[in-house]
Amino acid sequence: MKKLLGLTVFLALLYAALCIARGQLPDYAFHYNLGRDIGYYGIMTLEAGILIISGGIDLSIGSVVGLTATLLPMILLAYGETNAAYQVFAICLVLGLGALIGLAHGVLITKLGLQPFVVTLCGLFIYRGLARWISEEQVMGLGNRFAQLKGLLYADPVGPFPKFFVILLILVGVFGVFLHGTLYGRYLFAIGGNERAARYAGIAVDRYKILAYVICSTLAAFAGILYVMQHNSALPSNTGSFYELYAIAAAVLGGCSLRGGEGTVPSMVLGTAIIWLLDRWTLTLGIRSELLSTVVGAFLLAGAILEEMLRRWQSEPR
Amino acid sequence: MMSDTQTTDFAKSSAPLLQVVGISKAFPGVQALSNVSLRLYPGEILAVVGENGAGKSTLMKILAGVLQPDAGQIYLQGHPVRFRHVEDAQRHGIALIHQELNLVPNLDIAGNIFLGREPAQLGPIRWLARDIYRQAALYAQQLGIQAPLTTPVKNLSVGQQQLVEIAKALSLASRILIMDEPTSSLTPRETERLFQIIRQLSQQGVSIIYISHRLREVDQIADRVSVLRDGGNAGELAKDQINYEAMVRLMVGRELKQFYQRHFAAPVAKEALVHVTNLRFHLHQQRPISFTIYRGEVLGVAGLMGSGRTRLLETIFGIRPKISGQIYLGQREVRIQSPYDAIQAGIYLIPEDRKCHGLILEDSVCHNLSLPSLRELTRYWLIRTRQEKILARRMIAHLNIRTPHLDQPVGLLSGGNQQKTVLGKWLARRPRWLLLDEPTRGIDVHTKSEIYALIDNLAHQGVAILLVSSELEEILGLCDRVLVMHQGELAGELPRPQIHEETIMRLATGGKISL
Repeated sequence: MKKLLGLTVFLALLYAALCIARGQLPDYAFHYNLGRDIGYYGIMTLEAGILIISGGIDLSIGSVVGLTATLLPMILLAYGETNAAYQVFAICLVLGLGALIGLAHGVLITKLGLQPFVVTLCGLFIYRGLARWISEEQVMGLGNRFAQLKGLLYADPVGPFPKFFVILLILVGVFGVFLHGTLYGRYLFAIGGNERAARYAGIAVDRYKILAYVICSTLAAFAGILYVMQHNSALPSNTGSFYELYAIAAAVLGGCSLRGGEGTVPSMVLGTAIIWLLDRWTLTLGIRSELLSTVVGAFLLAGAILEEMLRRWQSEPR
Repeated sequence: MMSDTQTTDFAKSSAPLLQVVGISKAFPGVQALSNVSLRLYPGEILAVVGENGAGKSTLMKILAGVLQPDAGQIYLQGHPVRFRHVEDAQRHGIALIHQELNLVPNLDIAGNIFLGREPAQLGPIRWLARDIYRQAALYAQQLGIQAPLTTPVKNLSVGQQQLVEIAKALSLASRILIMDEPTSSLTPRETERLFQIIRQLSQQGVSIIYISHRLREVDQIADRVSVLRDGGNAGELAKDQINYEAMVRLMVGRELKQFYQRHFAAPVAKEALVHVTNLRFHLHQQRPISFTIYRGEVLGVAGLMGSGRTRLLETIFGIRPKISGQIYLGQREVRIQSPYDAIQAGIYLIPEDRKCHGLILEDSVCHNLSLPSLRELTRYWLIRTRQEKILARRMIAHLNIRTPHLDQPVGLLSGGNQQKTVLGKWLARRPRWLLLDEPTRGIDVHTKSEIYALIDNLAHQGVAILLVSSELEEILGLCDRVLVMHQGELAGELPRPQIHEETIMRLATGGKISL
């Protein structure tokens, strides 16, 4: 609760700094785009966060986004016929691929006992390579077709809100309840907190760890689909690069401990919002956009140092 | 007491090489050593024996410079010395060979022998290699290490690895070798070989301090035995006095302290609740384990460290796979492949290491208490947090857990309250069979007696209890019957009238009793 409050205050300060830097209140378009970006990247923060809470990590998020974003146009354009049913089928296929990837990660990690870092690092390379291979390095685009689908998933705002932001809110609702209200969520926290104690409490640890990986990669595939909706095409060699790092950074900024067992869904969203406000702030200040990642890194580091100092200060006998 | 009455051959011939006078050492909440003294003569093989927790390891760590004593003095050849760290002790010629060996698995034999000392003594790397192999060869020959010196130690048997450790100690010009349970993972042949080497070293003037639970081996190898009990000297045996009975007597020879008295129920209709038949969990296990527990009975499991008690419990609970065997609860066979299966049947384990296996330390008392019961607390997919809090409050009141509030991280509670939380997790459900592994380890006296009362109470409710404890008092005070384990097998079963410390110790150390 304290963390949530701290993040909110920090976010407000950042927003104030941004307004001062611009010299005026930002306009609607600014907020719309900001909301869209937070919505989009928030999805990935959510998936990374769920995994981190259960004590795992996924470095392959960006490559899964790249692969699925490459595949979706190929599948959609495979047949001349493109009725709604086929579009739903294509999307399900891509989501299914994501789920399968997550299943593979989970099984390798739990049943073979491989390290999550290693397995998903391999995934990062493998899926990127696959994307480039199946597309023969060609940009995969939808052209001017599928306007209805794009409208549904991206273009049409809900009231004043960008669609991605609304999608994120829905997912936050679903996964917030899942993580904080159901026993599955409680089990994931328990596994992340102390896997052995969870096992001794009769939790089928392997099953729930696999579940976390499946959720993560399925949502990554969903992010890949949304990418195509927004950008109309995907560049196999580049789409999604570094997304996993932004996702992990936002989750950590939002209070997830990489040791596992810690974090909340609302604060993950705040973490994402902070990163994208930082982005806008650096732009307004005229800091060169090349330096954006440096700024984000510096803030993350400062946050980590602050947290550690607070922890020491709290645990010191007074 | 027989201490200080006998003079040994060594005492006649020379002054002590090492003398320890009045050493005390306290850890938070426990006085590990109080006023302990010890002598060691050149070339002597001194065995130090005692029950678990008697203070042997602490004393050895002090001698090797790992720990510093609170009080007391160590003399080497009559001169007072003080070891601030391991290197200090090494410089004075004292080397400790741990139970778990301290070798670098991927490094070869010679590299391990000279680990950490290469550059200072031997100059550039190129020279170093040739020189350490030449020097290592001498030690290898002396100790009978047959493998090529370039073999990575991970490819050696445990016995061979131990010889490498000894070579390492000798290369440090050690005059005193402290060996902590050196034979615990050796085959009989390797043990025999080790004894030859120990005797040979002793003839060359190296003094050995030999720590072991295996009294039969002590009998074979020791020139003198010093017995520790409850952190103090219990007595000493000269060469001609060393025998099994004398050692056991000194090890356990204390009056029972005041202790919780169970209300043993009158043996009405004895109804068997648990049958374990032909359980095997270890490949080297010769005889499978079978036992019965009656409704409302506390069955103790005694044995030394590493005798397989925890393993037995973890196998029953489904943490470890069993090789064969059946478990019956009531009339039904329960097939247990995971803790989940055991829990479904009403079999709960209170693990030995509560921090590692029992609790999620960063999580709240409430969440820890409710963890195994979440399924029952769930309705329409959601955990009913009000019911959860009611459950937690009930267990906190029932077990008198001291916590400022329900959301307190359990890691911030005292050891006793942590242990109560572990118990509460399971008592919130209906246990039919409780597996307790060292349920009072590291907790204060008051909480201990609360837990004893709880065990008594549960037994009266008809729960079957399997209690592993290293504290003989606990076994004596609580159990209706005792199983004694030795090296992964049942060494014997003692009914209530025959539960004595001596008989237990004897069975636990591989001795025989006549019933």
